[in-house]
Amino acid sequence: MSKPRTIIEKVWDSHVVHEQPGAPALLYIDLHLVHEVTSPQAFQGLRERGLKVRRPDLTIATADHSIPTTDRSLPIVDPIAAKQLAQLEANCAEFGIRCLGVHSDRQGIVHVIGPELGLTQPGMTVVCGDSHTATHGAFGALAFGVGTSEVEHVLATQCLLQRRSKTFRVQVEGALRPGVSAKDIILALIARIGAGGGTASVFEYCGPAIRALSMEERMTVCNMSIEGGARAGLIAPDDTTFNYLCGRPHAPKAKAWDEALERWRGLPTDEGAAYDREVTLDGSALEPMITFGTNPGMGIPITAPVPDPARVGDANERESLAKALAYMDLQGGKPLLGRPINTVFIGSCTNGRISDLRAAAGLLKGRKVNPQVRVLVVPGSQEVKREAAAEGLPEIFRAAGAEWREPGCSMCIAMNGDQLQPGEYSVSTSNRNFEGRQGKGGRTFLASPLTAAACAITGVVTDVRTLL
Amino acid sequence: MKPFTRFASRVVALPNRNVDTDQIIPARFLKTTTKEGLDRQLFHDWRYDAEGHPRPDFVLNQPRARGAQILLAGDNFGCGSSREHAPWALTQFGFRAVISTSFADIFRQNSLKNSLLPVIVPADVHQELFALVERDPEMTLAVDLAGQKLEMPGGRAVEFPIDPFSRQCLLDGVDELGYILQHLPAIEEFEAGRAVPINTLAG
Ligand code: SF4
Repeated sequence: MSKPRTIIEKVWDSHVVHEQPGAPALLYIDLHLVHEVTSPQAFQGLRERGLKVRRPDLTIATADHSIPTTDRSLPIVDPIAAKQLAQLEANCAEFGIRCLGVHSDRQGIVHVIGPELGLTQPGMTVVCGDSHTATHGAFGALAFGVGTSEVEHVLATQCLLQRRSKTFRVQVEGALRPGVSAKDIILALIARIGAGGGTASVFEYCGPAIRALSMEERMTVCNMSIEGGARAGLIAPDDTTFNYLCGRPHAPKAKAWDEALERWRGLPTDEGAAYDREVTLDGSALEPMITFGTNPGMGIPITAPVPDPARVGDANERESLAKALAYMDLQGGKPLLGRPINTVFIGSCTNGRISDLRAAAGLLKGRKVNPQVRVLVVPGSQEVKREAAAEGLPEIFRAAGAEWREPGCSMCIAMNGDQLQPGEYSVSTSNRNFEGRQGKGGRTFLASPLTAAACAITGVVTDVRTLL
Repeated sequence: MKPFTRFASRVVALPNRNVDTDQIIPARFLKTTTKEGLDRQLFHDWRYDAEGHPRPDFVLNQPRARGAQILLAGDNFGCGSSREHAPWALTQFGFRAVISTSFADIFRQNSLKNSLLPVIVPADVHQELFALVERDPEMTLAVDLAGQKLEMPGGRAVEFPIDPFSRQCLLDGVDELGYILQHLPAIEEFEAGRAVPINTLAG
């Protein structure tokens, strides 16, 4: 019998085009997602070399990062963003790529639309010029972010030069308690291993707490793999995966579906396969999590005090913590609970899907957001927006006093004018709390949609379990 | 790309850990459609105050930074977003090497493609380097990629790891796309042997 392999190795092995000693492997890419920010220089590179896009049929583009979330029938106010968005459409037209652009009824955040359209499938390799590409790992795909040079490589050749990553098993035992969600699992993992803890690795998320998650929740977990430093993160496909995929526009049909199912069922990690690293979390012990600092590893259970630099032994660590707290204007040893906030952002490729909006709306229904707080709800795609509308969610958000916007990355990256003012605090369902990420001088607490909705109601950092 | 040759330079020290690419170049500058003109935006929000004036206490604004080609950075440098604008901004400022104990994966890959050498050193050497720069801001280091070593003051050399393929590409100034294109026959053969799972152009 051949050596037992992890799903990570199986997907890798089946995509190696060429490998020679001393050089990285040439890896074939099944799906290439393109957006406006990291692609213009790659298209320019193709032009300069006189190259075409090798496989437009495995490539798809959308506009998400710099797109306004206001009325799409109005012209785009920011001329630089308008130019970038127009450039994307022009590049796609020139190179024969399908573009779900500003006015498409399928437009959305790149990591929301791939799965939604059924393009992301188990066992695939997926890349995008975006570090949150690991989102697609929720389907048992090997999905990772690349830079613009690599975007150009894939456009030109459908291949990338890659080195094998280490395998890192993340086992989550038990069952989540009420008020605790997928976002809390991933924030707890990153708090445990640190922002660089998974460097050079690919996570495989396993265990009963992971199996119990819906596809959308699995995407939330995989999405933030990069925040733990990992190249990618994935979850072996099962009936949850197949049920989600079945009937989606680009999913295989009829006989092709049956054949695909048979292949996909062979993907999960073999009994006895070895990992380079492993970590175990107890899902039933998890509390709602929140970050207090300036990288996603700086997270705590929401009832815990902010770590105190004075109690940190390691000098470098102490200094990093002190710097982060100075930026956040927080004091070590004090709780975050009760701390006033200015903004709540519900959206992004981490938590901008329909189940996230449902969770937030469920809490906001019949309640009002605190008048001191600006609340932005930004659906992840046009499809999510339509689903939400069909369920009456926009009315719930508006009645509560929240803003219901057009789909895009919005305040996750603050490129489009949706941003914090210097010094403001936001509770955000996105994935990065870096200095200035949500606007220059802005301060971000990352949390789940439930926690964000709870904070919107009270106007202070709140344990959602007190409102359930 | 130009071949990567041995050079010696002063060192700019930035000890912060986990410096993310949003600090190296904030997202609002990513609306550009070219690679040019990013050097002024390098570390923008640490480098300039709210009125756009240089902050004198930030290391890149100090005389020692002028002409420096080596950045000595804290652990896990370049984490976060995949933006290649980060190494573009660093190289346009003049940096040719970044030294740290560890780099985020995508940043490291992006750097190698832009002739920016990520030099990984052990923690004790890392600390020693910070101490040396602190003591003598004019200190110079030499980076010798062919010999895979950093030449420290006093003539001591410290080896650093780099995979042979990346090293050769840098030394020869070869870019990876050219290398991949040489393997087109293998790519065609691979494609011929498998079913196409999707067609983004359909429907
Ligand atoms: S929502 Fe945020 S993290 Fe996701 S793709 Fe957009 S900018 Fe990147």
